Amino acid sequence: MPSDDPVAVQQKAAVAPDAPGASPVVAFRRLSFGYGDRQIIDGVSFEIRSGQVVALMGGSGVGKTTLLRLISGLVAPQQGTVEVFGKPLDSTHQTRLYEARRRMGLLFQFGALFTDLTCFENVAFPIREHTNLSESMIRDLVLLKLECVGLRGAAELKPSEISGGMARRVALARAIALDPELILYDEPFAGLDPISLGVTANLIRGLNNALGATSVVVTHDVAETFAIADRIFVFAPSPTGAKLAAQGTPEELRMSEDPFVRQFLDGRMDGPVRFHYPAPPIGQAFGLGGP
Amino acid sequence: MAIVDSIASLGQACIRFVLGLGNFAILLAKILMRTGAIWRRPRLIGAQVHFLGNHSLAIILVAGLFVGLVLGLQGYYTLRRYGSEQALGLLVALALVRELGPVIAALLFAGRAGTSLTAEIGLMKAGEQLAALETMAVDPVARVLGPRFYGGLIVVPLLATLFSAVGILGGWLVGVVLIGVDPGAFWSQMSGGVDFWDDVVNGVIKSVVFGIAVTQIALMQGYGAQPTPEGVARATTLTVVVGSLAVLGLDFVLTALMFGEL
Repeated sequence: MPSDDPVAVQQKAAVAPDAPGASPVVAFRRLSFGYGDRQIIDGVSFEIRSGQVVALMGGSGVGKTTLLRLISGLVAPQQGTVEVFGKPLDSTHQTRLYEARRRMGLLFQFGALFTDLTCFENVAFPIREHTNLSESMIRDLVLLKLECVGLRGAAELKPSEISGGMARRVALARAIALDPELILYDEPFAGLDPISLGVTANLIRGLNNALGATSVVVTHDVAETFAIADRIFVFAPSPTGAKLAAQGTPEELRMSEDPFVRQFLDGRMDGPVRFHYPAPPIGQAFGLGGP
Repeated sequence: MAIVDSIASLGQACIRFVLGLGNFAILLAKILMRTGAIWRRPRLIGAQVHFLGNHSLAIILVAGLFVGLVLGLQGYYTLRRYGSEQALGLLVALALVRELGPVIAALLFAGRAGTSLTAEIGLMKAGEQLAALETMAVDPVARVLGPRFYGGLIVVPLLATLFSAVGILGGWLVGVVLIGVDPGAFWSQMSGGVDFWDDVVNGVIKSVVFGIAVTQIALMQGYGAQPTPEGVARATTLTVVVGSLAVLGLDFVLTALMFGEL
C-alpha cells in the first residue's frame, strides 16, 4: 500500500507537516472564477505554506485545474485575489507575471512537450531561455534532470517515440529544470502504471525536499496523495461554484465525518454529490411512461 | 420577421468583421512592439525563412513557369493581331512583375505555407504548448509568432521575385524558342519598357504588403483557433479564404494607388 511506503513516510517525516509558522507561498483570498456564465469557483480562501506538499482534491470538473491555472496566471480571477510569493498576481502586467512564473514550474496533465524537439531539447528549453549557461553546463544539467525522472536513456527520443507516462516524466524534468520554488502538478498520477505511480509519488515528495520547494498537486488518487501530502484541500461542487469542503492533514481527513469527504475518500455512489448528471426520469426517456 | 433576421445577421457579420480587424491590428501591434526581442535571435527567423520558403518553393516555380508559358502564348496571339508581337517580352514582364508575380505567389503562399502555419500554431495551442511557454515565462508572441511573421515577410517577396523570373523564362520559351519571336526584340523591349522604380519596386512593395497580410492572417487564425480538431480545421480553411480575399482586395487598392489616377 502506498501509505506504508517506507521511503514516502520517511521523506514526509523530514518536513514539518503543518508548519504553521511558514510563510504562505500561495494565498487565495475570497476568490471566484467562471468561464462565461458558468461559475466554477465560489469565494474560496486558503493558503499554501512554504515547504509543503499540498494536494487539491475533489470530483471531476470541480475546478482543481482552474486553481492551478489561477496560480500560474494563465487565467485571472473575476473576484478576489491570488497572492503568489507574497504579492498579488497581476495577469495584466507581463513583466511582474513573468517574474513570478520564473520561480515556478507547472507539470501539465498531458505533458505539453514541444513535439518537434527531443526530450533533451525540451528539458533544455527553459534553461536556454532564461540563462546564459554554456552548452556543456546545459548538457550536464539536462542529463541530471532526466536522470531524476529515470529517462536519461531517452534523451534523444522525440515525444512521439515515448509513452504518455514517459512524456509526463520528461515534462516533470522540464518543469524542475530551473529548480523552481513552487512546483504545480496537474494530475501527475493519471494513466500511470503502478510502478510509475509509486515512483512518481516518491519523486514529487523527494524533489520537494531536495529543492526546498513547495508543491501543489491536483489529483484524484487518494492513496498516493495521502502518502506524500502534508496538507490536503478538498473541494465540493455547489450550484454557485466549487467551495472548499474540508482541509487538513491526511490523518485529520481520514478521521473526518463530513459527508462529502467520506463519500469522496470512500468512493461511494450515494452521498451529497450525485453521480448522475441531472436528467428527466429514465422511464420518460425510454417512452415507458411513469413519472 | 425574415427582414429583421436578415438585418440581425448582417449586423452580426459586420461586428465579426470589425472584431476580426481589431484582433488583426492588436496582434500585429504586439508583434511589432516585440521586434527588438524577435530580431535578437536571427537564427529563429532564419529557420522560418528556410521552412516557409522550402514549403512553397516547388509550387511557386512550377506555377510561375506555367503562368509564363500561358502568358507568352496568349500574349503572342493578341499582339499578332496588331503586328506588335515584338512587344511580347514587355507584356509578359509587366504582367508578371506588376501583378501576377506578387498576387499569385501570395495566393500560393497562403494555400501552402499559410495553412501550415495556422495548423502548427493551432495544434500547439490544442496541445497546451503555448500555455507551457507562458508558464515558463516565455512570451509566445515573441518566441513563436514573431519569427514566423518576419519569416513570411521576407519569404513572400523572394517567392514573388522567383515566380516572376521563372514566368518570364516561360514566356521566352513559348515566344522565342517555340514560336520564333525575335530574341533581341523580346529582351530589348522588356529592358526598355520596364521601369525599375515604377514597376519592379512597386511589385516588390506589393509582395511585402501581401506577405504581411497573409502571414499575419495565418498566425491570427492559428493563435485564435478553438483548441479542438474542428477548431484547427476551421482556422486552416479561414486562412486560405480570408488570406486570398485580402490579397485580391489589397491588390486592387495598391494598384489604384501605384499605377492608377484614382
